[in-house]
Amino acid sequence: MAATQDGKILKMTSRIDAAFANARAEDRGVFGVFVSAGDPDRETSNAILDTLVESKVDIIELGMPFSDPMADGPAIQAASLRALKAGMTLAGTLEMARGFRTRHPDTPLVLMGYYNPIYIYGVDAFLADAVAAGVDGLIIVDLPPEEDDELCLPAREAGLDFIRLVTPTSDAARLPVVLATASGFVYYVAITGITGTQSAAGASISAAYGRISAATDLPIVTGFGIRTPEQAGEAASLSDGAIVGSAVVDIIADNLDKDGRGTPEIVSKIAAFVGDLASGVAASGRRG
Amino acid sequence: MRQSRARAGEAPRVLGRFGDFGGMYVPETLVPACQELDRAFRDAWGDPAFRNELDHLLRTYAGRPSPLTECDRLGEELGCRILFKREDLNHTGSHKINNCLGQILLAKRMGKTRIIAETGAGQHGVATATVCARFGLPCVVYMGATDVERQKPNVFRMKLLGAEVIPVTSGTGTLKDAMNEALRYWVANAETHFYIIGTVAGPHPYPLMVRDFQSVIGREARQQIMDAEGRLPDTIVACIGGGSNAMGLFHPFLDDESVRIFGVEAAGKGIPSGLHAASLAGGTPGVLHGNRTYLLQDDDGQIIDAHSISAGLDYPGIGPEHSWLHDMERVEYVSATDEQALDAFQLCSRLEGIIPALEPSHALSFVGTIIGDMDKDEIVILNMCGRGDKDLGAVLPMLEERGKL
Repeated sequence: MAATQDGKILKMTSRIDAAFANARAEDRGVFGVFVSAGDPDRETSNAILDTLVESKVDIIELGMPFSDPMADGPAIQAASLRALKAGMTLAGTLEMARGFRTRHPDTPLVLMGYYNPIYIYGVDAFLADAVAAGVDGLIIVDLPPEEDDELCLPAREAGLDFIRLVTPTSDAARLPVVLATASGFVYYVAITGITGTQSAAGASISAAYGRISAATDLPIVTGFGIRTPEQAGEAASLSDGAIVGSAVVDIIADNLDKDGRGTPEIVSKIAAFVGDLASGVAASGRRG
Repeated sequence: MRQSRARAGEAPRVLGRFGDFGGMYVPETLVPACQELDRAFRDAWGDPAFRNELDHLLRTYAGRPSPLTECDRLGEELGCRILFKREDLNHTGSHKINNCLGQILLAKRMGKTRIIAETGAGQHGVATATVCARFGLPCVVYMGATDVERQKPNVFRMKLLGAEVIPVTSGTGTLKDAMNEALRYWVANAETHFYIIGTVAGPHPYPLMVRDFQSVIGREARQQIMDAEGRLPDTIVACIGGGSNAMGLFHPFLDDESVRIFGVEAAGKGIPSGLHAASLAGGTPGVLHGNRTYLLQDDDGQIIDAHSISAGLDYPGIGPEHSWLHDMERVEYVSATDEQALDAFQLCSRLEGIIPALEPSHALSFVGTIIGDMDKDEIVILNMCGRGDKDLGAVLPMLEERGKL
């Protein structure tokens, strides 16, 4: 009961809604970053989260590591495996979320991953713990609307946003089905493919924004394949925001020590890179 | 707990669901592809022209019907009457061709221009490469790097047939990773590519579709035993990795209450060792590769690698319909170890002049363990789902090491 009330209070003052309102007030799109929880280890991962907030990231997507991430490219697969090898679990991810919320009361935190670890954790326990930890929303890659009873509807009930991925294959018949139970924002997957593999043309983002925004009032954020400040700026200005994942995760992979452990350079290099991306988004202005 | 047996053969009542198992747990990009496939399959399956073309190919290209062979010497040894459904005599040496012919016809009907597949031991990869050669479609087969090493002859066969074999190094480089990689490729290319899944797993409609394509095994066996003996078998047995050969034999018998049905999983080095591939005996329900089913996994829901002497059974999941038949207790699921399978492999070769694949050797070794329950006139049908040629390279050193040659 308390969770539901918390959820309702959260909803009125949703951190996600506030992030979009702030960006609008600053005449720009929102900027989101994905990292895997516990990659390459819990301590470095916490430091990365702190640095993302300091580097003006509006929304953080925290990956829940899974052994078999079927919609992810090599970069995020490797990130997942590094985190698991270093001992990360779903319970550990929720602990990280709780710590993050204590340090950063305002930055929206969305958990992203696959259903099986949640199913094994137990849906009710997971939702209660996620709400208590101050999580704002969920993106579960392998739960399409056809499986809404599993988690989407209970999550909405618990006050968490359930963020949907919309793809170039989502046609006029499919869009209403995907959007019917969506909340928070819509994540437009700009390429037909897995994470981190290619980038989308501006014209296709613009056309997709037109189609999707005709079917929903939710903000639409573009992701998959965005690697540079220019691409981030373009995607954010053609939709309501941009999300970068693999390009940030690559910095972790490229700066491990010879035993595969985290180094201080990881945090400083991510800070610099993400700062550039944020500037790219800020400089590109708003849609329209 | 036990549901009416008469219902077992009717599933799925709700599309894509076998009780609580099955489903369509896929990324949004694949939902339209799965739905398109579901519509196309149901349309084709109800179209006599499609069925006739498939039957014609099964007869004239795959060599069906496969014989039902009575194995007198084994029967004497085991204390029952045992008949092999000879899927080992099919073109390409296993039951896999039944499903591949069905799916390639469907791919053509849907206007898809390229084929992708995953393979473990390589039997499904070879069957897929074969039908792609026959129909002139380019073919990409994903195969775990570990399996590429231990199944070299099948890799060569696939290449000879014109397929591109891509070794998968992600994860642990085995069948589950090959399936992940094939799914990733399909996510990016669903519009033009047809993904031929080799077993009764994956998102709906695959478990249903592959079962229906493989059910020719059970339909023939049922007719053959009725013609020869005028009665149903007492027991039917098949090995299970993902479970397509088993589902193919079992399905036409599910509503025959007098028929005992056994599915034999691979117990590897023994269930207690943790080194096995027995998802039902040693796993718990979870969601992987598009469906809910029993999986080998840890407390955190991370998938654990399977182990079996037989690469064809080396999968940490099982088809969702098997999970359902397990929970409703229509099928009894048991297991056999690497060593038991090796013994059966030798026994069958010596007594029947049939060198079995390691996969059905698991099923055969189980028949030996239930003889106490059986009368010598009882009829057992075992799905001899593949021939052993592919395993010779792996088995020879093992038998030498054990002083069994």
